[in-house]
Amino acid sequence: MSDIFKPENDKHVLDALRWAATGNVKVLEVRGHGSKRGLGRAQNADNVLDLSGLSGITLYEPEELVMTARAGTPIAEVQAALDDANQMLAFEPWSPKGLYGSDGGTVGGVFASAVTGPRRPLVGSARDHMLGFHAVSGRGEMFKSGGRVVKNVTGFDLTKLMAGSMGTLAVMTDVSFKVLPKAEKSRTVLLFGATDPGQAMRAAQNSPYEVSGVAHLPQSVAARSGVSYVSGAGASVTAVRVEGPGPSVEVRCKALRELLSPYGAIEELHTANTASLWSEIRDVSFFADDRQLWRLSVAPTDGPAIVAQLPGEHFFDWAGGLLWLAIDATDTANADQVRGALINGGHATLMRASEDVRARVPVFQPQADGVAQLMKRVRAGFDPHNILNPGRM
Amino acid sequence: MKMPIPDAGTIAKRAEIIQRLRAIVPGEGVIVDENELRTFECDGLMAYKQLPMVVVLPETTEQVAQILKTCHELGVKIVPRGAGTGLSGGALPLADAVTVGLGKFKTILDIDYENRCVVVQPGVTNRAITDAVEDAGFYYAPDPSSKIACTIGGNIAENAGGMHCLKYGLTTNNVLGVEMVLMDGEVIRLGGKHMDAGGLDLLGAVTGSEGLLGIITEVTVRILKQPDTAKALLVGFPSVEAGGACVAKIIGAGIIPGAMEMMDKMAIGAMQKFVDSGYPLDVESLLVVELDGPEAEVVYLTERVREIAESVGSSFLRVSANEAERQQFWKGRMSAFPSVGRISPDYLTMDGTIPRHRLPEVLTRMNELSAKYGLRVANVFHAGDGNLHPLILFDANIAGDLDKAESFGHDILKLCVEVGGVLSGEHGIGVEKRDLMGEMFTEDDMKQQLRLKCAFDAGGLLNPGKVYPTLHRCAELGKMHVKDGNLPFPDIPRF
Repeated sequence: MSDIFKPENDKHVLDALRWAATGNVKVLEVRGHGSKRGLGRAQNADNVLDLSGLSGITLYEPEELVMTARAGTPIAEVQAALDDANQMLAFEPWSPKGLYGSDGGTVGGVFASAVTGPRRPLVGSARDHMLGFHAVSGRGEMFKSGGRVVKNVTGFDLTKLMAGSMGTLAVMTDVSFKVLPKAEKSRTVLLFGATDPGQAMRAAQNSPYEVSGVAHLPQSVAARSGVSYVSGAGASVTAVRVEGPGPSVEVRCKALRELLSPYGAIEELHTANTASLWSEIRDVSFFADDRQLWRLSVAPTDGPAIVAQLPGEHFFDWAGGLLWLAIDATDTANADQVRGALINGGHATLMRASEDVRARVPVFQPQADGVAQLMKRVRAGFDPHNILNPGRM
Repeated sequence: MKMPIPDAGTIAKRAEIIQRLRAIVPGEGVIVDENELRTFECDGLMAYKQLPMVVVLPETTEQVAQILKTCHELGVKIVPRGAGTGLSGGALPLADAVTVGLGKFKTILDIDYENRCVVVQPGVTNRAITDAVEDAGFYYAPDPSSKIACTIGGNIAENAGGMHCLKYGLTTNNVLGVEMVLMDGEVIRLGGKHMDAGGLDLLGAVTGSEGLLGIITEVTVRILKQPDTAKALLVGFPSVEAGGACVAKIIGAGIIPGAMEMMDKMAIGAMQKFVDSGYPLDVESLLVVELDGPEAEVVYLTERVREIAESVGSSFLRVSANEAERQQFWKGRMSAFPSVGRISPDYLTMDGTIPRHRLPEVLTRMNELSAKYGLRVANVFHAGDGNLHPLILFDANIAGDLDKAESFGHDILKLCVEVGGVLSGEHGIGVEKRDLMGEMFTEDDMKQQLRLKCAFDAGGLLNPGKVYPTLHRCAELGKMHVKDGNLPFPDIPRF
């Protein structure tokens, strides 16, 4: 019989994992709100460990730029608290709405899936902002790693390992993470119909103007934006975001306009439109449909050559380093073709497909043998009986 | 401090080991002469010395792989070593181990401006990376004080920091990929020129692992465009509390300076005596705040920081009028260690991190400890991220002074943990703080960390005796913690 366990404290989690790890070993699907169930291989677990009852912000010190929250705390609650103090999660966790049509999401889920948004090249991803955690391993042992301070080289950095482990190593019960002040002002320089979008993106990214987002939307994708300047462009749109103190933003936007003007016509978005456009890019809402969706992390110069080989519709983030590709559904999700197009390394993740396709096609980039074996040994060190989200990665 | 007891069987095999190593690295790449070995007997933590059994200086990844494979077969321990500038004894040799020096891995392999990254061998110094790209207006952001000498491989082993960490991150935030050799000789690659590596973040786990997980043979780091302008403010306060309040208010106002360094009265005096940096001597604490970015931003933020400083009662404030003056402001802080060396025969450099707002309390308690041990302490710290560097002044010629200084240092680190901080911000644990790990971690915490070690190095041959106070065999760590068989759990809500 399948059971749902809903722990309310760390001790409950410990008891549940000891139970699952002993005697007749039981498999657990670990989840918060289940908002990212579409990511990774579908789970067919006997039992569910539902962490949504493990909720609440336990420490928030705005002047220290640090927060600690229980794993099941709704991410919306965290963002509301940060809004009140004019701070933010600088790595811009995406909303699962555009990808999976689901609302919600928890602190544990955001860090366990290491989500990250357009600000990645400037400030890093979830893993760069995670400072420490408490957890229960698949062995049924409580442990912690890291701390609540930014600079910390005390022992192995298990925190990085937990970020993005999709609940396959241990069950986090709380997470400490870095927060950052919100920018005073944000603007977006738009470039219409860029003659060489790859070069234009890299020119902006590699400028000294500290851009916090560089994306390129082909015309068909731009046409679906809710921002009229973008949807009405009638051309591809390259977007460059600038954030910071008011006078600085003014000067940097001006410099970027000059820098990018040789590539095409220029427009500028103010604060509200900037927020809307970058939410769309972050949440991949241009591809909020039923198509299969790939996410490719590549060297920025490789992007244009990669898309030239692939079917479907795409757009670029991270100045070309991140490529979102929507393709019509097939049984194989064109996995060999997509992964075969990676020129100089990189990885491709199948972000959206039906359960049966995700069961057949490796969702995450297959690793080289040595690395795959090493990951297997690492995982066995945390969860030797394979009770936590087995097969999800 | 105890190190693992040297294995007599290994020492008895020394001649065979040397012969095997010479077959891999010919000529002068294998060092066996006692006088030559002495060069390698310690790293930057000179209080502990030990002659290595043998030193080998490979030049290729293949040689590193062969060395590790051979040592793995023979059950011989390995101590990896970069430039030897580490301050916690992470590269301290063992009497029954082969020290593998990466000093010959000095080539910059690829500078890729378009993708904003540089691929280098691990023996390239931190500073040399910036030197190689600065003509094109780029730089490598992490900047440990030893950046002229320390190598990027060592930076990764220690997750080295520096003054720019608050804004630009630590080494771990700036490394994109590595090639590394595992203890059994297998060569693996993690990451690359792309931003996210996929799968478990082994690269994140390897960074800061102090040479316990493998030997890095190639590194890809990201580089950043140099900011247009940088300006420094020198701000003095009549109390440590006012200095601390200023730091909190700057960050609370949403300003993240490129660097923000603080020093106490004793450190200010020592530095100003050593080099004229324009430091005021009539203040209790002094901040150097650097703002970088486009000129308009720097001008705007300078005024805001000035207003904040005045609002918390600063008694001295100067803004650098030009680049020469900015450099002058930094001169004192950059010479912190030699400055203190002038006012005391010996000193111990400590390294812990605390939540910033606990600073006044920690300094007060540090002064109490200073009185208790009868030893002076000067403080410089990375105020922006709470990383303290208390310098404990002592005289090694006075019997018992070194022991007192070490006990004082340990009490400071325990205090850091007590207030919510950690044992090390950037120097690592090594042998120096190894026996304090229990202050921060439970037995289960450390067991879980050691299981990671086992996944990389099941025989425990890589840098044993460092970081973790107890050597476990991996089999012991594998034991399940089972309580009474199948546990009931009646208090968990079920649906």
